[in-house]
Amino acid sequence: MKKLLNDPADVVVEALAGMAAAHPDQLRVDLDHKLVLRADAPVSGKVALVSGGGSGHEPLHGGFVGRGMLSAACAGEVFTSPVPDQILAATTAVDGGAGVLHVVKNYTGDVMNFEMAAELAGESGIQVEAVVTDDDVAVQDSLYTAGRRGVGVTVLLEKIVGAAAEEGQDLASCAALARRVNEQGRSMGIALTSCTVPAAGKPTFELADDEMEIGIGIHGEPGRSTEKLAPARDIAARLVEPVVSDLSLERGEQVIAFVNGMGGTPLLELYLMYGEVQRLLDDAGIEVARSLVGNYITSLEMAGCSVTLLRADEEMTRLWDAPVDTPGLRWGG
Amino acid sequence: MADLNSFQAWIAACAAGIDERADDLTELDRAIGDADHGSNMRRGFGACAQLAEQEDFTSVDAYLKKVGMTLVSTVGGASGPLYGTFFLRLAGPLASSDDIGPREFGQALRAGVEGIVARGKAEAGDKTMYDALAPALEAFDETSATGAGLGESLQAAAQAAAEGRDATEPMIARKGRASYLGERSAGHQDPGATSATVLIEAAAQTLS
Repeated sequence: MKKLLNDPADVVVEALAGMAAAHPDQLRVDLDHKLVLRADAPVSGKVALVSGGGSGHEPLHGGFVGRGMLSAACAGEVFTSPVPDQILAATTAVDGGAGVLHVVKNYTGDVMNFEMAAELAGESGIQVEAVVTDDDVAVQDSLYTAGRRGVGVTVLLEKIVGAAAEEGQDLASCAALARRVNEQGRSMGIALTSCTVPAAGKPTFELADDEMEIGIGIHGEPGRSTEKLAPARDIAARLVEPVVSDLSLERGEQVIAFVNGMGGTPLLELYLMYGEVQRLLDDAGIEVARSLVGNYITSLEMAGCSVTLLRADEEMTRLWDAPVDTPGLRWGG
Repeated sequence: MADLNSFQAWIAACAAGIDERADDLTELDRAIGDADHGSNMRRGFGACAQLAEQEDFTSVDAYLKKVGMTLVSTVGGASGPLYGTFFLRLAGPLASSDDIGPREFGQALRAGVEGIVARGKAEAGDKTMYDALAPALEAFDETSATGAGLGESLQAAAQAAAEGRDATEPMIARKGRASYLGERSAGHQDPGATSATVLIEAAAQTLS
């Protein structure tokens, strides 16, 4: 293992301390609870969005804390969900009296810990709603799995619903919008290499030089198969087709198209992939209303990418365009 | 009969057993999960092992509740809520008794295992910690029903847990992160069943 570390046990806290030092005007961190909070939280009368998950997926979620997006993020250990105490502390710290929306990715640990925290928050009188993202088409949603994983759509949801909360929508509307975004978004990913969890010290899985893993989640865990490496245009087709088909996207519909890097793939390759994705969508008569390309929901240094398509209605596009000011995403006035 | 000291010895033995097996647990989790089970469990039980020094407990149930809360707030992942719930529920039937025999412990073990099922919704054969705990509970009940003491009943439970753990190897995971592997999860022993066995084995060494 070759990483920029002091002690593997201190990775998360030291990274959060660095993040706070880098963004003193936007963020504050609570190192005891491992939270990233909006500097101006709680905002009175505004619905607060709290998300979180294992660390190692930066900028998700801490990098999306700020005006127009999340109110707080709870950082678990690397690839490990946060614990209820942390989530409760975040929820309490950012509640401005209008309630709190928990944005949870569908991983067993995340779901259980957020459920326990929501129960505790409810007991102390805070109104909490939760939305669980489950957009990964690589995993069949069946009785025999834990359901589909929550991946790329989480980023789009945090942006869109964050904007809705910022403009004053109430908790019920924010939760309904969040569920709509989740239902209208799907993703699929591939890995070219593994990553190394600092505490484990060696790569999580093996892939030969000429192999790729199709249908991965955000920890490299497989969904479909290990295959021979193919040209980018073929990989793009392998990712776009199941997403388009699962969403039943038809000619003339509009999407927000998101090509996400897993952390170890340069933008040169991600833009190349985006070109292939857009070409496939053009051929299918699907219009790209907005696009996003870059490393937003990563797996440490894993090479690979995912494609997320979100069927976009007018409200989603308008909220997408609304100003956002976070370390990981920033645009508009 | 087991008392507060025995239960503190049990948790210390759990921590030692987990510490010793942490690399193996992570290695098993690398195969079908995301390579953090050993480090998460070590962090949690390490914190539990220090409880007896930090605080003066006056009853077994108060101590086990604290163990459960500590696991929930330090382990993370799915294991934190599951093992945390196990110890919180274990405490219930042990309230107001200081000398705990096979009957009381059997009720507590059942409550703990049922807590895990309620939280994780696992069934037998899903390739989870329940596949070690369910046979352990069954063996405990069968042995104690013959009039055996706590120690002997736990020996039988530990053996059954180990057999249950080994039986997870060919299973296809249907819960948790390993379920995404589908058929490719077969051929690997379940890390949760492995850590659950460490806990029951530690009980057999310390409670009698």
